[in-house]
Amino acid sequence: MGNPMKIRARAEGDVVEVKVLMAHVMETGQRKNQAGELIPAWFIQRVEATYGDRVVLSAQWGPAISANPFMSFKFKGGAKGEKVRIAWFDSKGDTRTDEVIIA
Amino acid sequence: MREVRRLRSVVIRWIVACACVLFGVAWAAEDRRALDEIQKYRDMLKDGNPADLMELKGEGLWTTPRGPKQATLEACDLGLGPGVLEGAYAQLPRWFDDAGRVLDTESRLIHCMTTLQGMTTEEAIQGWTRPGSDMEALVTFVATKSRGLPIRPSQSHPREAEMSAIGEALFFRRAGPLDFSCATCHSLDARRIRLQELPNFLDPASARESMIQWPAYRVSQSAVWTLERRLIDCIRQMRAPDADYGSDVIVALQMYLQRQASGGVLEAPGIKR
Amino acid sequence: MEYPRRHFFIKAAGVIAAFAAAGWIDPTLADSVEWNKRAFDVKTLDELVGLLGGEPASISEAIHFDAPDIAENGAVVPLAIVSAIPGTESIAILVEKNPNVLAAMFTLPEGTLPEIQARVKMAETCNVYALVRAGGRSFYTAKEIKVTLGGCGG
Repeated sequence: MGNPMKIRARAEGDVVEVKVLMAHVMETGQRKNQAGELIPAWFIQRVEATYGDRVVLSAQWGPAISANPFMSFKFKGGAKGEKVRIAWFDSKGDTRTDEVIIA
Repeated sequence: MREVRRLRSVVIRWIVACACVLFGVAWAAEDRRALDEIQKYRDMLKDGNPADLMELKGEGLWTTPRGPKQATLEACDLGLGPGVLEGAYAQLPRWFDDAGRVLDTESRLIHCMTTLQGMTTEEAIQGWTRPGSDMEALVTFVATKSRGLPIRPSQSHPREAEMSAIGEALFFRRAGPLDFSCATCHSLDARRIRLQELPNFLDPASARESMIQWPAYRVSQSAVWTLERRLIDCIRQMRAPDADYGSDVIVALQMYLQRQASGGVLEAPGIKR
Repeated sequence: MEYPRRHFFIKAAGVIAAFAAAGWIDPTLADSVEWNKRAFDVKTLDELVGLLGGEPASISEAIHFDAPDIAENGAVVPLAIVSAIPGTESIAILVEKNPNVLAAMFTLPEGTLPEIQARVKMAETCNVYALVRAGGRSFYTAKEIKVTLGGCGG
């Protein structure tokens, strides 16, 4: 299930700015441990942001996104008090969804 | 003939000198620009500091019943009364009557986890070297409650002054196979290792600039490092014998450094290389 | 001399759009519910553009790419990309000398502004590309970012 994300969403006029931090190791599969063995890749592959039924962002990520990823984006037509939902799906089939009320 | 040769040598020397000066100026400008760009790098990371994830986790740990006694940490006294978090971090380390010791944030949390929750010390600090450890999360949460407040380590008990004096002595004491002290690197202005500027803890402005950032998310470690962890690793890098987690050596060094940085307004959690 | 060339491209774009509409090539890739392994296996920008379809990417000053010239640590390099290209549908980030060149692709549905911030890992000093797709065409801008070796680390 992973640890909770930290999502901030702020409306200015009809534009909502969303900033997201996700807790994830984003292991590349290229690093070795102390025993010299490769640490298997484990990273978020897809991210989807929704506002009600509307998809406001979808992304595909590779292992080159930094650990504990941060991203921000902006969409039009969001209202204060409504929710933005973010979901991620990783390479081990794990997923996590969190939401925040637009401030 | 000799005249010509001397003239030539003077001219060459003059050209070489000019070139050196020009190169030096260009190099200094390049150096300045590099530091400006690194500042830009740091500024861009400030919004969206992954340490915020640890703060969230820490808050959860603080309010969740844990340990054999299934108690939360909400009654933990960090020096300003049971459950008072605002400003507590800024005033640590301090003397605690109930422990009979001067304690820093980590050692006080260990005290609360053992007394309130019934954990052993080993359970309390379990996995402290791993990214995302409970201790890392708790210290981040506690420190965040002092953000915007000045560093003001307690000065109400004689043992606090004593610990600060011990910390100062340790700061200057050369030890280990490299005959190294903290002061070797941290008592001079504008020193750096590669592109990493080193704080001068004898200069209050430099000490504040450094200390207001701890605990800090280390991008090289993908983890928040507490001040205690930073100091333990400094000692390791000096090739001195390992310091124990929560030990008096670390508390004393912190007491001295926090005093040097008194008045610095906390920006914790910071973000560092 | 110019006219027939352009005419050809307009025609070609039309054909590509028709293919895309028929689902033969995916114009965005990031829309898919499957992770697009082929896209993340590419070794160059051109190869990715080939996969996306359309003409080779052209350099564009309408993409504003903000990042520090020097990253204190390659593990986290902050990037901010704003596209002023009308009809921007997606923004991709590529790191020239990473083992996997493509770092991320963001699909921006109608109503989402063409502005993205993200953080990437860089194996070494190299060019980072912001690739924008709009109307079946590819545009990019490049920025060289230096990665330093730090000291003991703050």
